[in-house]
Amino acid sequence: MMRILLAALLLLAAVCRVQAQDTPMQAVLQDNADLMVKSSRQTIGPVIDAVVASGLPQVQDVLQAWQAKEMWQRKADGLFFHGEKLDAKTYRLTDFDSGLPVGEFAKGDLRQLKPNSGVRALIGVALVKFQLSDPDPTKRRDALVSLERDPNGAALEALRASIAGETDPALLARKQRLERLLTMGYDTDPAARIAAMEEMAGDTGLDVRATLNPILQARLQVFDGEIPEAMNVLSRLEPGSDTLPVTVAYDLLVEQSKAPALISHDDMRNILAENIDGGRVGGIPVAKLDTDPARRQAFATLVEQGLTEAATTEDEIESYLSDYIFAEVYAEPSRAVTDAAAMALESISTRVGIGQAVDLTLDALSLASIYFLAAIGLAITFGVMRVINMAHGEFIMMGAYTGYVVQQWVPNHTASIIVAIPLAFTVTFAAGVAMERLVIRWLYNRPLESLLATFGISIALQQLAKNIFGTQARPLTAPSWLDGAWVLNDVVAISYIRIAIFVLALFFLGVFLFIMRRTRLGLETRAVTQNPGMAASMGINPGRVNMLTFGLGSGIAGVAGVAIGLFAKVTSELGSDYIVQSFMTVVVGGVGNIWGALAGATMIGFMQKGIEWFNPSNTLAAQTFMIVFIIIFIQFRPRGIVALRGRAAGD
Amino acid sequence: MQRSFITRNPSVLIFLALLALFTLGVTVLSEAFGIGLISTSYVKVLGKTLCLALVAVAMDLVWGYCGILSLGHFAFFGLGGYMIGMWLMYERTRDIVVGALAEAPIPPTEQEIVDGIGTQIFGVVGSNEFPLIWSFADSLTLQLALVVVVPGTLALIFGWLAFRSRVNDVYLSILTQAMTLALALYLFQNDSGLRGNNGLSGLQNLPGVEQPQSHVSMWFLWASALALGLGYLLSAWIVAGKFGSVIRGIRDNEARVRFLGYSVETYKLTVFTLTACIAGIAGALYYPQAGIINPAEVAPITSIYLAAWVAIGGRGRLYGAVLGAVFVSLVSSWFTGGKAPDIPLGIYTVQWVDWWLVLLGLSFVAVTLFAPKGLGGLVDLWVERRSPNRHGADLGPDLGSLREKEASQ
Amino acid sequence: MKFLNTMLATTTALALQSAGALAADCPIKVGVLHSLSGTMAISETTLKDTMLMLIEQQNAKGGVLGCELEAVVVDPASDWPLFAEKARELLTVHEVDVIFGNWTSVSRKSVLPVIEELNGLLFYPVQYEGEESSRNVFYTGAAPNQQAIPATDYFLEELGVEKFALLGTDYVYPRTTNNILEAYLKDKGIGDSDIFVNYTPFGHSDWSKIVSDVVALGADGKKVGVISTINGDANIGFYKELAAAGVSADDIPVVAFSVGEEELSGLDTSNLVGHLAAWNYFMSADTPENEEFIAAWHAFIGDEARVTNDPMEAHYIGFNMWVNAADAAGSTEVDAVRDAMYGLEFPNLTGGTAVMLPNHHLAKPVLIGEILDDGQFDIISQTEEVPGDAWTDYLPESAVLKSDWQGLDCGMYNIETESCVQTLSNY
Repeated sequence: MMRILLAALLLLAAVCRVQAQDTPMQAVLQDNADLMVKSSRQTIGPVIDAVVASGLPQVQDVLQAWQAKEMWQRKADGLFFHGEKLDAKTYRLTDFDSGLPVGEFAKGDLRQLKPNSGVRALIGVALVKFQLSDPDPTKRRDALVSLERDPNGAALEALRASIAGETDPALLARKQRLERLLTMGYDTDPAARIAAMEEMAGDTGLDVRATLNPILQARLQVFDGEIPEAMNVLSRLEPGSDTLPVTVAYDLLVEQSKAPALISHDDMRNILAENIDGGRVGGIPVAKLDTDPARRQAFATLVEQGLTEAATTEDEIESYLSDYIFAEVYAEPSRAVTDAAAMALESISTRVGIGQAVDLTLDALSLASIYFLAAIGLAITFGVMRVINMAHGEFIMMGAYTGYVVQQWVPNHTASIIVAIPLAFTVTFAAGVAMERLVIRWLYNRPLESLLATFGISIALQQLAKNIFGTQARPLTAPSWLDGAWVLNDVVAISYIRIAIFVLALFFLGVFLFIMRRTRLGLETRAVTQNPGMAASMGINPGRVNMLTFGLGSGIAGVAGVAIGLFAKVTSELGSDYIVQSFMTVVVGGVGNIWGALAGATMIGFMQKGIEWFNPSNTLAAQTFMIVFIIIFIQFRPRGIVALRGRAAGD
Repeated sequence: MQRSFITRNPSVLIFLALLALFTLGVTVLSEAFGIGLISTSYVKVLGKTLCLALVAVAMDLVWGYCGILSLGHFAFFGLGGYMIGMWLMYERTRDIVVGALAEAPIPPTEQEIVDGIGTQIFGVVGSNEFPLIWSFADSLTLQLALVVVVPGTLALIFGWLAFRSRVNDVYLSILTQAMTLALALYLFQNDSGLRGNNGLSGLQNLPGVEQPQSHVSMWFLWASALALGLGYLLSAWIVAGKFGSVIRGIRDNEARVRFLGYSVETYKLTVFTLTACIAGIAGALYYPQAGIINPAEVAPITSIYLAAWVAIGGRGRLYGAVLGAVFVSLVSSWFTGGKAPDIPLGIYTVQWVDWWLVLLGLSFVAVTLFAPKGLGGLVDLWVERRSPNRHGADLGPDLGSLREKEASQ
Repeated sequence: MKFLNTMLATTTALALQSAGALAADCPIKVGVLHSLSGTMAISETTLKDTMLMLIEQQNAKGGVLGCELEAVVVDPASDWPLFAEKARELLTVHEVDVIFGNWTSVSRKSVLPVIEELNGLLFYPVQYEGEESSRNVFYTGAAPNQQAIPATDYFLEELGVEKFALLGTDYVYPRTTNNILEAYLKDKGIGDSDIFVNYTPFGHSDWSKIVSDVVALGADGKKVGVISTINGDANIGFYKELAAAGVSADDIPVVAFSVGEEELSGLDTSNLVGHLAAWNYFMSADTPENEEFIAAWHAFIGDEARVTNDPMEAHYIGFNMWVNAADAAGSTEVDAVRDAMYGLEFPNLTGGTAVMLPNHHLAKPVLIGEILDDGQFDIISQTEEVPGDAWTDYLPESAVLKSDWQGLDCGMYNIETESCVQTLSNY
């Protein structure tokens, strides 16, 4: 058996070798086989060039297969083929030159070429000129994507040529835009570039800025005398000004060996150490050299004795600096182009600024809606019933896990979310009712103790979730129509999932208002909260009302859990991440009023984003300052933003 | 006066006697000074438990007697730990740096030593400069003072703001929780200058001390026992006097006490600040035994646990707080230490490592619902069998001081 | 008397079976110090199970030095001070011969003084920030030069990234790693303005602003790449937001140092295809050793869906090296085992051989993988074995330090002044 296989392989190899003369592409590939298998962006350039330079009609196919990781090498003889997956273990190989299938092979006999992302990008660039006018629109799109990622002037002509024949309107628009961008960056005629810049001014697209900014790149340079006329100077800088501190300027001179290096603290110590002479340096005992003045004195003595060179003084630094001229110089030689680019960028930057503000507002709204959704249940249990429910976060978690379990049973993501939301409501409603019946109702007169008891429930539930679902985060995947983001332009965008949460928050605000104002339950709830005794004597059963109200609050928490799980993660600690913020939301907003919770969430969301904007590199600081601010805020408005007055205020 | 205080509160004497007996017992059984039956690691556990008992006493004072459910006392505890930790780290590192630099040909300047210490301490968090808050880290006296001053000042400012604007009950609890969270988040930041999430570590190694940990742990046990004894005595003395009556009055009905002409805010503020200081001292003794302090110690949940200990032990009685803290923390370490036997239930085996928290959580519920007096209630059963009923006359630390409303329910 | 004898015999037998306090050396106790509850349980329970599996396998092979191995599992509950307490308990009460454990750096720093004081032996299996070399710890995870630096090189050379966003969770590993990377990037000519650093808290979930900030970095026409040291759960939100923003790996590649198979099992990876991770091990490594390891793991845990990851391999190598070292030394005594460890070799699961260096780090290959839509990684780059470097060469204070416990008996040796700075660690 083994022998037959071997024979077959040998035969195959022989056949291949025979074919070598009429397989020019294979020959090119074989010449570069090692580099192709190793596949590094640093070394692959010549290989791609060689393939392209072969001028063969199959160049495009080869490059496309290579880029798509569909090129395979047969281990037996090292030849490259286009591979097509038949099943997990078998692949059908096709010869590049003949275009004919070679046969089916086991995966173990083959080696897949895995060009990394950098190599794939280079292949893409090489493919551009083939694909720009390809009949297949997806190929043309690929070419545009490659060109957008790695814009280069070489493709400009090909791109212009392809515009005329473009039939797809979307692709045509993209080609035209790209043509403008490439013209700005790479056209040889400054006038054409300036015209393109003027045309694109005000466009907030990231690609426009990415084209303009490199044109405006300037470098700090030192000049011995006057700056040559030919240079396109951004500005002359004086050493010692804010833009060019003395140290920076002097370091630049040292770097270009135009001035001697300064002697640092460490250098001085090393020099002293080198000149220890009989336990003394410059006449000072070594043991005394533990202060800076002593060291300086010893150093001065060394200088006097000619053992070392003197340190550069302030005056010398000054005189060195005054000998040279410092200026920032554009790499782009044409003044007109840089001026136009600067103008265009300026007009863009105002719009970008506005866009950023809008984007920040959207982010803040989104965060506010998440906080609101997390807190709305609490606004009922804490705000209306005055029961502190530390297990509220765990109800959120239960909702999220319900969503996860549903997705295990209902694989369709859309259907599963539709099932999960009411189910999460039901589950947490039941849990809430159970908790109210078993624990909370005994503690209505002892709010501080209900805090403790519910905290106990909270840690028990959290650990229970860990025992059941494990400690790993569980996936809760949004349906595909919620993937992606609503993109206004390159500055303003918000993901659909956040919009969905926003809508959900508004929906539950409506539900809450409806229940409280338009239903019997709402009426009874308000009555029981204001005066349980009186309500009871009017025929309302306070126990039942409390139970249902608590269930409602818990149920909404469950739905919030599904939403939060969709955009973040499902873990047993999900709830505890939100609990303090939720309480803050309710307290800041004002207890006993849904509008208060809304105001609280909005304030917290906007404030957090605002602080983040001031200090973008430290998100933790934003949260800290926000809480501190809230604490201070509550000192001045202890009853929250929307404070109840009169009887409804209770005490 | 002192005599009558003791006679009025015999429990204080009993408690102190038990504490002394306990300390003596541990000493005799320890590895360092006795027959070596108790391992050093267990001595540390016991020493830490004493510190927890002390902070529980503080918590009881502020919650059980004054009715302020503070969810921030463990933050004060942590701050105390940070303050002493700064000195411990600084001095230990200083010894190392001086030792290392002594071998250099040129003796180091003061600044070089300080820079070296900075690199060593902050190197792990990618910095090497001393933040401003480390200004006093080289002085033990000042840092010891800060152990009391920093938590005290924070409590004073926070309390003044909160009590002044009449934030009460549940709101106050949430606000203290927010304060704790803010402090924890602040400490979590690297920029806060206290090494962020890493915190201060290696605190068990006292600078300049050659003795092994078995000795050091005993010293700390003694110090903790002494602190607990003094703290208990102080608290008992406070609640036994007129001051104690006023704060109990505030707890039971704040408005009436205010109408009687007492400055409720001042009383509350005094208790809040004083207990914060006690918590700081307890923390300063705790963390050198634990070896490391980091922001997770200050997280809001730890303060809730503190409240739970006091509730389980029995509020409004100082020994209840001690009982609760000792009982829960020891039982907890027994369960999580893997020493508790698994319970096979046929299809499922209950492993306590997994189920202990569930049990703990449910026992919080059970205690609040069925035994609001906590473990201290057991003492009541015992005491009431022996001593005559006082008909509610006296509300010393001796007898549980539940609200009369609660007692009737 | 006879009764007493029987009693004694029974007790001894029992003790031998269970605790073994009376016997001199058998069974050999192996401490497992991984959190089984609290925030870190998510990662660490898997490692505890790995250790139990390895110990079971070794016992099936006849144990070590003719003794059964017995695992002593304790739960430090993600509570850092508790790590120190439990380590002391393992060493003094249970008298274990070796400890396998810890995940976070802070927990390691908490344990360090205890094991140095009591001369214990710890195998630490997780990639970490370096800048440490303790006499009593063997670091089987990656040092920065075995993960972060090669990944950055890959960004610079293979992907042509010119602008870097260093995103991390705010704790010591990201802080130090980013510090080293900043120095490294500046060394490579990347300007200050082309490095964006951001730290977020543990479990952060609100990523929209940060992601849009990163996207906006592309405004000056340079290719942007993200180096992520975001830890644990926070990754899920981050990747979800990244996917929602439509950031493809070809536009803005993200390389993560803390995201492995285990973390990816918590999310749908179809939108993340092509983003990168750097490790010393991927489950997809195609070697017979790996296949065997995965099969054994699935059999042990009883769940075919469970993944394997890099720290598991680190424990696998560390444990086997310890077994071999104990065999070679003929004893499980810490100093003897330590001396026998140096230069020991053991085959990696990814091919090649890991070598224990005198600085207590391993020489291991560095792998870079692209995320696939099934939550696995496609290995696109595998280097030769890279020797782990305890002190980075890219920070001036550390560049002069080296660690050599075998020759110099010093973990912090200053090569300029040729003196040992200190033998105990910083913690």
